Amino acid sequence: MADHGHNVRVTINGEAHEGHVEPRLLLSDFIRHEAGLTGTHVGCEHGVCGACTVLLDGAPVRSCLMFAVQADGASVETVESLANGETLHPLQEAFRREHGLQCGYCTPGILMTLKPFLAANPAPSDADIRQALSGHLCRCTGYQQIVAAVRRAAAMLRGEEP
Amino acid sequence: MKPPPFAYECPTEVADAVALLAAHGADARPLAGGQSLVPLLNFRLARPAVLVDLNRIAALGHVTVENGALRIGAMARQAAVEADPGVARGWPLLTDAISHIAHPQIRNRGTIGGSLAHNDPAAELPAVMLALDAEMTALGPEGTRTVPSGEFFAGTMETALAPDELLTEIRVPELPEGTGWSFREAARRQGDFALVAVAVLLRPSGSSSGIDARVVVTGTGDGPQRMREAEAVLAERGTGGDACEAAGNAAAQASEPADDPHAPAWYRQRLVAALTRRACREAAMRMGR
Amino acid sequence: MTTQLIGEPVERREDARLLTGRARFIDDIHLPEMLHAAVLRSPHAKARFTRIDASAALALPGVHAVITHEDLGSANAPMPLLNEDPGFIYPRTHQALAPGQVRFVGEAVALVVADSRYLAEDALDLIEVDYVPEPAAVDLAAAAQPGAPLVHDDTESNVACRTADNTGDIESAFAAADFVLREELRPERGAAQPMETRGVVARYDASLEQLTIWDTTQAPVSARGVIADKLGMAEAAVTVIAPDVGGGFGVKIYLVYPEEVLVPFAARMLDRPVKWIEDRREHFIGSNHERLMVHRIEVAATKDGRILGIKDHFLYDSGAYCPYGPINAQCAQAILPGPYKIPAVHSTYEAVYTNTPTVSPYRGAGQPHGNFVTETAMNHVACALGLDAAEIRRRNLVRPEDCPWDSGRIFQGNTPFIHRDSDYPAQLAKALDALDYEGVKRSQPAEREQGIFRGAGIAFFVEGTGISPYEGVEVRVEPTGHVHVTTGYPSQGQGHHTTLAQVVAETLAVAPEQVVVESGRSDRFAWGVGTFASRSAVVGGSAALGAAKAVRARALDLASDELEVAPEDLVLEDGAVHVKGAPQMAVTLGALAYAANPINTLTSGAEPGLRAADYYRSPDGAIASGVHGAVVVVDVATGMVEIETYVVVHDCGVMINPTIVEGQILGGTAQGIGGAFYEKLRFDDDGQPLVTTFMDYLIPTAMEIPSIEIHHMESRCSLNPLGVKGVGEGGAIPAAAAFAGAVEDALEPFGATVRAVPLDPPAILALIEGRAES
Repeated sequence: MADHGHNVRVTINGEAHEGHVEPRLLLSDFIRHEAGLTGTHVGCEHGVCGACTVLLDGAPVRSCLMFAVQADGASVETVESLANGETLHPLQEAFRREHGLQCGYCTPGILMTLKPFLAANPAPSDADIRQALSGHLCRCTGYQQIVAAVRRAAAMLRGEEP
Repeated sequence: MKPPPFAYECPTEVADAVALLAAHGADARPLAGGQSLVPLLNFRLARPAVLVDLNRIAALGHVTVENGALRIGAMARQAAVEADPGVARGWPLLTDAISHIAHPQIRNRGTIGGSLAHNDPAAELPAVMLALDAEMTALGPEGTRTVPSGEFFAGTMETALAPDELLTEIRVPELPEGTGWSFREAARRQGDFALVAVAVLLRPSGSSSGIDARVVVTGTGDGPQRMREAEAVLAERGTGGDACEAAGNAAAQASEPADDPHAPAWYRQRLVAALTRRACREAAMRMGR
Repeated sequence: MTTQLIGEPVERREDARLLTGRARFIDDIHLPEMLHAAVLRSPHAKARFTRIDASAALALPGVHAVITHEDLGSANAPMPLLNEDPGFIYPRTHQALAPGQVRFVGEAVALVVADSRYLAEDALDLIEVDYVPEPAAVDLAAAAQPGAPLVHDDTESNVACRTADNTGDIESAFAAADFVLREELRPERGAAQPMETRGVVARYDASLEQLTIWDTTQAPVSARGVIADKLGMAEAAVTVIAPDVGGGFGVKIYLVYPEEVLVPFAARMLDRPVKWIEDRREHFIGSNHERLMVHRIEVAATKDGRILGIKDHFLYDSGAYCPYGPINAQCAQAILPGPYKIPAVHSTYEAVYTNTPTVSPYRGAGQPHGNFVTETAMNHVACALGLDAAEIRRRNLVRPEDCPWDSGRIFQGNTPFIHRDSDYPAQLAKALDALDYEGVKRSQPAEREQGIFRGAGIAFFVEGTGISPYEGVEVRVEPTGHVHVTTGYPSQGQGHHTTLAQVVAETLAVAPEQVVVESGRSDRFAWGVGTFASRSAVVGGSAALGAAKAVRARALDLASDELEVAPEDLVLEDGAVHVKGAPQMAVTLGALAYAANPINTLTSGAEPGLRAADYYRSPDGAIASGVHGAVVVVDVATGMVEIETYVVVHDCGVMINPTIVEGQILGGTAQGIGGAFYEKLRFDDDGQPLVTTFMDYLIPTAMEIPSIEIHHMESRCSLNPLGVKGVGEGGAIPAAAAFAGAVEDALEPFGATVRAVPLDPPAILALIEGRAES
C-alpha cells in the first residue's frame, strides 16, 4: 500500500512532537495517542460536546474537527500545560474548591476554553460565564458549581482571592 | 467515528487550489474551516478521495472596508469577522448573526466562505448575505466571476459554484445611513442550528412608506428565502400599526416548510410569523421609528 | 482531639488528577502491542442472516480478525437473567453476537480487530451480511397488540411480563369517589449519555493464564463473574478494573454488554491486548436507553381533594431484551403513591419487547416515570376540582405523626416502602416560600393582561434508596500509619473516595490524608455488586463505618495490651491511642498495626493485622424525599420556555459531604430538566433511530439550565448507622413533573393539559392552540 503519510511537527505545551501520520488522523488522536497527552478527552467526534477543546495558537478549537496535518507548525496547548508542577492553575484550584467537576471527563476542555476567556474578560458576569460555557456539555454538574468556580477563578486571577 | 482515508493537498495559492479541484474533479472536496465537513467525514457520510485544504492560502483571509463596501476573504474566520469593529459599525446585522453560529470554539475555525459554500438550509450566514445583497466572487479554471447572492444559493446544500470553482471573496455593499436591522433566531439550545431565523433590513427609501425592506427567512426549506410579500407590506405600509404583524403573517404564508424530526411544518410557520414580526419591530426601532 | 469530618464540605481528593489531565480513563490505557476493535452493528431493526462474508475485510492489511457468532462457541450463550419478576411470561436475554437474527438497529453482529481504530472501521465497511429484513415492532402500543410482528419468534406475544401490585380496597375507593380522573400519560424515550462513552481494554497474559479487563462498568465484581463464566475461566484468573469512569448514570451497568465478552475473547484468541472504545454514534444505538412508558390511569378523589385510589395500567418499553427484568416498571409501580396517603393503589404493568435498543435503568430507574404520573395527576385533579396544586398535595401528604407509614408498596430489592424520618408538610412549606408561590399566583392576572404567561409548578418526590444487595468495605491500618480502605463498588464521579475517607478518618481519628481508598478492582475487593440506585452512601458508607468501628475496637484492645491499661481508660485521637488524661502514654495506630502482625508469635488460628471488613445490607433501604419548584415564563408565540426560578428542597438524611450532595442534586436536576424539555430519542416506523448525534439529542448547556436554589432539610435516617438516605437520583426524579406543572399553570388561560414529557416548543404551542398533540 502506498504511503500516504505526512510528516507533521506540532508544538504541544511548548514541546515539539513529530509524527509521520495519515492525513485522516484527527488532531485529537494525535494529541492523545501519538503525543501521549491523554488529558484531552474525546466525547462525540462531531464538534458538539467540547471535551476535546484545545488552544490552537492561543484560540480554543475542537481538536476532533481538525486533522493533525493541519496543525503542522502550529502551537497547541492542552490541559497538561495549566499546572506548574504540583501547583494548580487558579482555574484548576477554583474548580477544586467549588466542586466544579464530578467525573472530570468534560473538565479539561472546559478549562481550555476558560483560560483565554478569563484573559479577555477578567470580571465576567454569570451570564457571560454561562455563554462561554455553552460550547461544552457536562452531564454531571448541572453547570452551577462550574459557574461558581469560574467566578472564583476570575477573582483569584484578579488577585482578589488567594 | 474515524474518517475514511483520503489524499491531502495543501496549496498556498488560490490558483493552485483551483487547479487541484479541476484535476481531481468530483473526487475532490475543498476543506475550509472544516466545522461541517469534518463531522461528515467522521460519520463517513462524505468520502472524498482528495481533500484540498484551503487553510494555508493567506490571500483568502482578509476583512477590509473599501470605498464603503465590506470585502471578506472566503477563508476569514467567523470569529475574526465577529470581532471586527469595522464590521460591527457598518454591518451590525452580520456581527449579530455570527454570534448565533454554534459556539466560539467553532467560530474560531469556521469560515465565512465555508458556511456560504456549504449552504446548510438552517445556517445563518446565507440568510444574512442574501439580506445584505452581498456579491460572491468565484474563481474557476475559466477565471473569476461574480454571482449576486440572490443567484448564489441554489437549494439545500447547493450553490451556483461549479465543482471546480472556489468562492474567494464576499463583497457586501455599504448600508445607507439610518438603516434598521434585526436578526432573530429560534433554536432549541444556544448554538444549535436555527429552527427558524429571520434577517430584516429596513433601508430608508423614496417608497410610499419611506422604507425599502428586505426580509429573509431560513430554516423553512431549501435555504434562505426572500419574503417578497412581507417586504411589499412593509414598503407599502411602513412599520406602524399592525404592519409588522401583517408582514409576519405574509412571510409565514409564503414559507413552505416540511415536517421533520425537530418540528412540524405548522410550527415553523408560527415561528416565521412571530420572529418576522419581532424582527420588523426591532429593525424599525433601530431605524428610529 | 477527634476532628469531625462527616458533614464537612471536604475538598475532593479525586480532583487534582482529574484537573491536571493525569487521570486514567479507559481510552487513556495504552498497552504494548495493543490492537483496536470496532463492532459491526445491525442496520436493520429486525432481520435474519445466514452468511457473514468477511473475506474482503480480512484481506485489508492490518486487520487481524473478524469474529462472528460462529467463532464464539459457548462464549455466546445467552446473558444471565438478573432479576426474576413474578409476572414474567417470556424472559429473553441478549447474546454477545447476534446468531443469525438481529432485533434492533445497533445490535452487535461481528467484531473487527485491527492495528488501529481507523483501519477497523475501514474493515467494517467491507463486511457483507446477507440480511433479509423482516417487519419490526417499533411503536410500544402497537407492539403490545396481538398480531404485532414478534420481536422473539419463539413467543406468542411481545408482552414479556405482566405484573400487578395491588394495595387496598380499590372498589370501595372508586365507589366513594366524587370525581374520577382518567388520563393517558407518556414519559418518552431518552438516554443517560454520559460524556465518556463505554470502553473495554483486555490483556491476556498467557504465561500466567490471567486475563485483565479494564472496563467502564459500574459493577466490576459482578462483571467479572459473568465474563469468567462466558469465557470458561475461573473467576480467580480474571480481573476486572473500573478505571476513572466519565459518568455512568445507570447506562454503564448491564451484565454484561457484548463488548465486555468480545474484547477479552479477542485478546485471548489473538494473544494481544485489545482496546474497544465506543464512539458516540455507537453509544446511541449500542448502549441501553430508558424512559418510554404509557400509563393509563384512573384517580378517584373526593370533592375536597382527598385521593382515595389510583388505578394504573401501563406499558413499559423493554426494548429488544429484558435481562434485568422490568426493573424500571417495578420502581415506577412502587413509587406511584408518592408521599401521599392513598388508601388503594392497583397497578399492572406490561413489559413489552420492541425492535429497539434494550432498556435498562437511567438515573432514577422508573421513578421519574412513576413520579411524573402521580404528580401530574395531582395537578389535573386539583384543576378539575378547582383546588390549588399545593393545597391538594397538603391535604394528602403523609405527616410526621403518621409515621412510620407503610405505603403497602414493595420497591426494588424486595424493599417495603415505609415512610419515616421525614417531614413532608415542612418540605412543601419551604418550597412554596422559596418559590414565592403565592406571589407568582397573585401577579398572574395582571401579567396575563399584558401577555406575560408566568406559572409555578411543584412536584414532590420520594425515592427508594439504599436497597439490597449488600456492599462491603475493608479497612486496614498499615504499619506506616496509613489506612487502606477497599471496596468493590466503583465511582463514576460521585466522589466516593472522598466520602469514604471522611467516614473512616473520623471514626479512626486520623487525618483524611492518611486514608488511601481503592475501589472498583476485583483483585482488591471482590464482594458486593456495584454503584447504582443512590445506595453507595447508605450501603457502602455504613459498611465503611462498621469496618472502621471494628478496627477502632481492635486498636483499643491491642493498645490495652501494649499500655497495660483497660480499654475503657483509653482514647483514640490524632492517629494514636493514649491513656485518658495522660497523652504522653500513647501508641500510634501504625505501631499497633505492626504489633498486630506478630510474624513469629502469631497463635495459629488468630487473624493477623489491624483490619476489619464489614458487609452491610439495609433490609428496609431508606427513603430520600423533597420538593422541586419551578417558575417559568412561556412565550406563547413560539412555545419557548424560560425557567426563571428553580428551587429544590430535599432531605437525604445526614450529609456526609454537603458540597458533594449539592453536586448530586444539581446534576440530577439538570438531567431531569433535559428529560422535561429537551431530550428525546425517536425512531421511524421501520425502527431506524432518528437521533444518533448530539446535534439531535439535545443535552442542555449552561445556557438552558437555570441557577438552582437548594434548601437542605437534614433529618437523620433511623434505618442505618450513618443516618443517610441516599442522594444520587433524587434530583432527576421530579423535575419533569415540576416543569410540566409550571407550564400548565402558565398556560392555564388556554386550558393546557400536559400529558407527555419531554415537552418541546411545538408541543407547547399545540397545547396553546388546542391542537391534537403531534
